[in-house]
Amino acid sequence: MKIITGNDLESGAVTWWNGQGWSLRVEDAADAGDSAEAILAREEAARRVNAGYIIEGEPGSDGHPRPAHVKDRIRGLGPTVRLDLTLKPGDEIAAREVI
Amino acid sequence: MYQYDKFDQQMVDTRVAEFRDQVERRLAGKLTEDQFKPLRLMNGLYLQLHAYMLRVAIPYGTLSGAQMHVLADIADKYDRGYGHFTTRQNIQYNWIKLAEAPDLLEDLAKAEMHAIQTSGNCIRNISSDHFAGAAADEVADPRPYAELLRQWSSFHPEFSYLPRKFKFAVIASEEDRAAMRLHDIGIRIVKNDAGELGAAFYVGGGMGRTPMIAPLVRDFVPLDQLVTYAEACLRVYNRYGRRDNKYKARIKILVHELGKEEYTRQVEEEFALLLEQNIEPPIAELERIKMFFGDPAYDQDASSEIDRSDPDFALWVDTNTKAHKQPGYVSAVISLKPVGGIPGDATTAQMHLMGDLAARYSFDEARVTHTQNIVLPHVKISDLHALWTELDAAGLGTANLDQIGDIIACPGLDYCSLANARSIPIAQQISERFAKNGKGDTLGELKLKISGCINACGHHHAGHIGILGVDRKGVENYQLSLGGSEAEDTSLAKITGPGFDEAGIVDAVETAADVYLAAREGEERFIDTYRRIGMAPFKEALYG
Ligand code: HEM
Ligand code: SF4
Repeated sequence: MKIITGNDLESGAVTWWNGQGWSLRVEDAADAGDSAEAILAREEAARRVNAGYIIEGEPGSDGHPRPAHVKDRIRGLGPTVRLDLTLKPGDEIAAREVI
Repeated sequence: MYQYDKFDQQMVDTRVAEFRDQVERRLAGKLTEDQFKPLRLMNGLYLQLHAYMLRVAIPYGTLSGAQMHVLADIADKYDRGYGHFTTRQNIQYNWIKLAEAPDLLEDLAKAEMHAIQTSGNCIRNISSDHFAGAAADEVADPRPYAELLRQWSSFHPEFSYLPRKFKFAVIASEEDRAAMRLHDIGIRIVKNDAGELGAAFYVGGGMGRTPMIAPLVRDFVPLDQLVTYAEACLRVYNRYGRRDNKYKARIKILVHELGKEEYTRQVEEEFALLLEQNIEPPIAELERIKMFFGDPAYDQDASSEIDRSDPDFALWVDTNTKAHKQPGYVSAVISLKPVGGIPGDATTAQMHLMGDLAARYSFDEARVTHTQNIVLPHVKISDLHALWTELDAAGLGTANLDQIGDIIACPGLDYCSLANARSIPIAQQISERFAKNGKGDTLGELKLKISGCINACGHHHAGHIGILGVDRKGVENYQLSLGGSEAEDTSLAKITGPGFDEAGIVDAVETAADVYLAAREGEERFIDTYRRIGMAPFKEALYG
């Protein structure tokens, strides 16, 4: 399973390839499979993503792809020590899923 | 405090304008990320785990109250209401938007601050003793020398592309409060038998994956040759440093591989050549700089009487204040390590308060310490109770300086894209554990330092207890080490054995602390006991 991630050029926010475009939510991440590299090259050239890269994915508890490595899961959540600043502020369960 | 002259201001303003243009071109697609990245890094702007991160230089850790207010305003206007004070005596912001970065830098420039040379293979922000100018044991204020070196190293064309990053620390006392020998160049201002000031040069220290303690290369460089000698040290490095291998590119490797004698011989040879070329700035410049660092207008009749009837206040005074050279004054340390808090983080409101308190109680001066705390250097003893009352109300009155709760922790995997493991939650759990079990006070001085990877930003090699985060098949794991010190008795910590998981490392720290408590003799600190009894009893207790 291949997930593509990067940052929004202007804001720096972490973004995830959802199959059609870029989402701020890691839950939207799609399995890009063998096309990952081609998609990333196209999207970077069009400046729709910055500093993009491809990571391994695995099925999460809800069946959606999730990053296989804890680093990328923390990247998806936000700092585990400042849950008030994550995309789902204060969601302890989302945070526990990450580790 | 040093104030910019028109050259300083022009250099910084020009750089802001240049960066504004570069950002515009990047946003318009005229620069690729590969082209832009080195440009933004020259201005302290990283792309980190969650967003752009900006590192702001605080030369030798000294700030005015007004500058602290500006840092607070920036946290509010461009970030999410907080900043992180670092072991390099700098501040980092974690949520900066690229499009806003030029405005931010412009705000900084108006307050005589910048983010230049806070990244890249150049001479970085120069650190110093956070009690400089206040300490009773210094032979001189080290900051004028740090400032001279700052001016010399700013945009130094020959040293803008060194083999690797380069860090200076300058101190002027026997006691080392700046980890001086763990820098690429550590300078100690000393007095010789004739009573003249000079500089002792320690070259080739550092942390990272190959920690080294800098050897003494020259015990006395006359102050009118300081810059020339520094230039010679850098030249030899710039010429022969290992550009072929990033992991061997720091000066510590060169000095180690050549040997101290050969490196010194080459430096002295270069120094002799440079002396003939008269590159030293005129001594008048040093004198001009020194004028900015004169003593504030102390109250000569200030009383040293103190009302210790409030036990919490008395504890804070005993723990968090340090003797001052001026009778009736102390230096007060504001702990950014509340129990269970994030080491080094301060909110906008806290920064504003610290700016106010600096203005009201410390001649408008504050310092950032390499232990991620803030110092008010010149506080009247008679003002201490009022100061503490305000600090305490704002969550800034924790009495734990140099104790186990006063942990250095790097941002780790919560913020840093190079990390293997999280540092902050470990720091939080350890500080909570020892606050709960009440052993914190009993343990006395115990310096605990945590890094989230081998780069050692959290100084774990130099901790009495050090913790290093490693990646064990995708799971966070923590190595424990003991016996490091970054004080005048500099030593490097040794790993105890196999690593621990998150819960295990907190238990392991308590186990090590218990071994010390059981074996302690007299007034021994943790590090003293460790040096006396060695690793074996700790290993035995940890791994049985
Ligand atoms: C989050 C962004 C950061 C990045 C990308 C980063 C990167 C690095 C790297 C790559 C090294 C190793 C250099 C080498 O061995 O050649 C290093 C060392 C170091 N960093 Fe950081 N760091 C970061 C944050 C920090 C922070 C927050 C602090 C202060 C708390 C800090 C203080 C240091 C120190 C003291 C060293 C050791 C210096 C030495 O080896 O001489 N860094 N950093
Ligand atoms: S030690 Fe490693 S994890 Fe910690 S801030 Fe430095 S580079 Fe990041």
